[in-house]
Amino acid sequence: MKNYEFSPLGDSGVIVKLGDVIVQRTHEIVVMFTDYLQENPFPGMMEIVPGFTTVAVYYDPIILAQQSLHELMPYESVLAILDQMFQELTVTRKAQPRLVEIPVCYGGSLGPDLDIVAQQNSLTREEVIAIHSSAGYLVYMIGFAPGFPYLGGMDERLATPRRSSPRLSIPKGSVGIGGSQTGIYSIETPGGWQIIGRTPLSLFQPNESQPSLLRAGDKVCFRPISEQEYEYEVGKKVFP
Amino acid sequence: MSIEVVSPGLCTTVQDMGRYGYQQHGVNVGGAMDTPAVQIANMLVGNQRDAAVLELTIKGPTLLFQKDMLIAICGGDFSPTINKKLVKSNRAVWVRRGSILQFSHAKQGCRAYLSVAGGWDVPIVMGSRSTNLRAGFGGLAGRMLQAGDRLGHNPQSPFSSYLAKQLEQKARDHAFSYTDWFIPSSYFAHSQERGVRVIRGDQFDDFTAESRQSFFEQAFQVSPQSDRMGYRLTGPTLALTSSLELISAAVTMGTIQVPPAGQPIILMADRQTIGGYPKIGYVATVDLPIIAQLRPGETIRFQEISLHDAQRALHERERTMNEIKLGMELTVGWR
Repeated sequence: MKNYEFSPLGDSGVIVKLGDVIVQRTHEIVVMFTDYLQENPFPGMMEIVPGFTTVAVYYDPIILAQQSLHELMPYESVLAILDQMFQELTVTRKAQPRLVEIPVCYGGSLGPDLDIVAQQNSLTREEVIAIHSSAGYLVYMIGFAPGFPYLGGMDERLATPRRSSPRLSIPKGSVGIGGSQTGIYSIETPGGWQIIGRTPLSLFQPNESQPSLLRAGDKVCFRPISEQEYEYEVGKKVFP
Repeated sequence: MSIEVVSPGLCTTVQDMGRYGYQQHGVNVGGAMDTPAVQIANMLVGNQRDAAVLELTIKGPTLLFQKDMLIAICGGDFSPTINKKLVKSNRAVWVRRGSILQFSHAKQGCRAYLSVAGGWDVPIVMGSRSTNLRAGFGGLAGRMLQAGDRLGHNPQSPFSSYLAKQLEQKARDHAFSYTDWFIPSSYFAHSQERGVRVIRGDQFDDFTAESRQSFFEQAFQVSPQSDRMGYRLTGPTLALTSSLELISAAVTMGTIQVPPAGQPIILMADRQTIGGYPKIGYVATVDLPIIAQLRPGETIRFQEISLHDAQRALHERERTMNEIKLGMELTVGWR
């Protein structure tokens, strides 16, 4: 692989830039490089954070300084290691995306802004639900909050401006639309998106080995469920 | 259990060196703000450097000791007393069961750290004992300490026991005793008088010449809207030569980002994992404790440092840490 650029992320990290625009092709390279580093960590590597077009590699400069054979500064050592990796890396390998279905109860008290989204776009409630739940979405990255997915692929017909003043608290599991993006609130947090429904799934479980339900590279689709189904699924978690 | 919280203080949390490996799940690193103070506080009581400590903010707690314990206090000066008698910081302190440790307001610095031999015992979540206040997990039930909370500690190391025994004898019938030796305050952040050293950020050259100049020449004041997530600064307005549309990417502790209003924000321990504002610079890791100990209203100046020198300084600090540990063990007669 040839198309990449490095820049320092402070004195304990490096940003590897793999593209200039948010497109699926760049995203696939980001996921592939993330997976490769995960499987082939170098001594002193702390962690990897995939972004839209970048991969951040955090390292411990103390360990790198101790490891260095050629009197290289830690930053240069890391660049040398990553350069070597890129020489070995070919873009032919394409990771098979995981498909994750997210059940959502749309409208009512769980989706108080469904009507606003419908009115803004001259659609009926049913049309909003049909459009939102028929598309396939791509998880570009997890950020903003623990387990919060940045999703790509929402139909432009649903684009709705954010609320003029954000709500102080949005329940976790809320599915929202902000501008031309859609997403799922993974923890209870303040937020300005229009809330159209809620999922009974937990997107963030701090005590699981995979604390985030979704990861970069996943494909996501939404399945409409009834309020009874929602209550049943939520209840199941409380009384297993 | 080993302590009971009589009054919790303003924001007292369990913290360690942070939660690494989960930023790709959107989980922020968190951890203590002033990490060298934590490492020294831990070494003083014979712990591993990364054991869990209590982080005190601006107003400290009052704690009742339910058993004899070996503790150390480092970082900001909160005028701590045991049974109303002043207790010195930056050294190992043995405390008798039934004593009350009371912290006041921060006289100097913003955060103090209380270590205990063995380290505070809370469950490890995702590899760390740090409290994640925003998501409500880690530490003690994912929140700040409250009155009535009880907190235990893990088994102490042989070195801790050895030191505790020495100090218990020294205390005789007093409520507490401490070592004659201590870590000079020059090892801690607040004693440093020079500017905060900053590495140029990715968008440094995208700021106007005037902004770049005032960034390094003028003072910035810490705004009251500063917390564990970030320090908002007020000072000269920093402007870009032309507006930039940046794609969000990873940010780190010490990232100095500049939102459109032109007033910089230094991202700290509880920062988000991803950010999209232009980055004018990064505070060198070695100088992060200076920021961590700043209180609202205080001012700072920035000075430039190269990436090389920042990494060299970090290496130097690591050497000092190792010297402290060795020196301590020799002084106590453990080696």
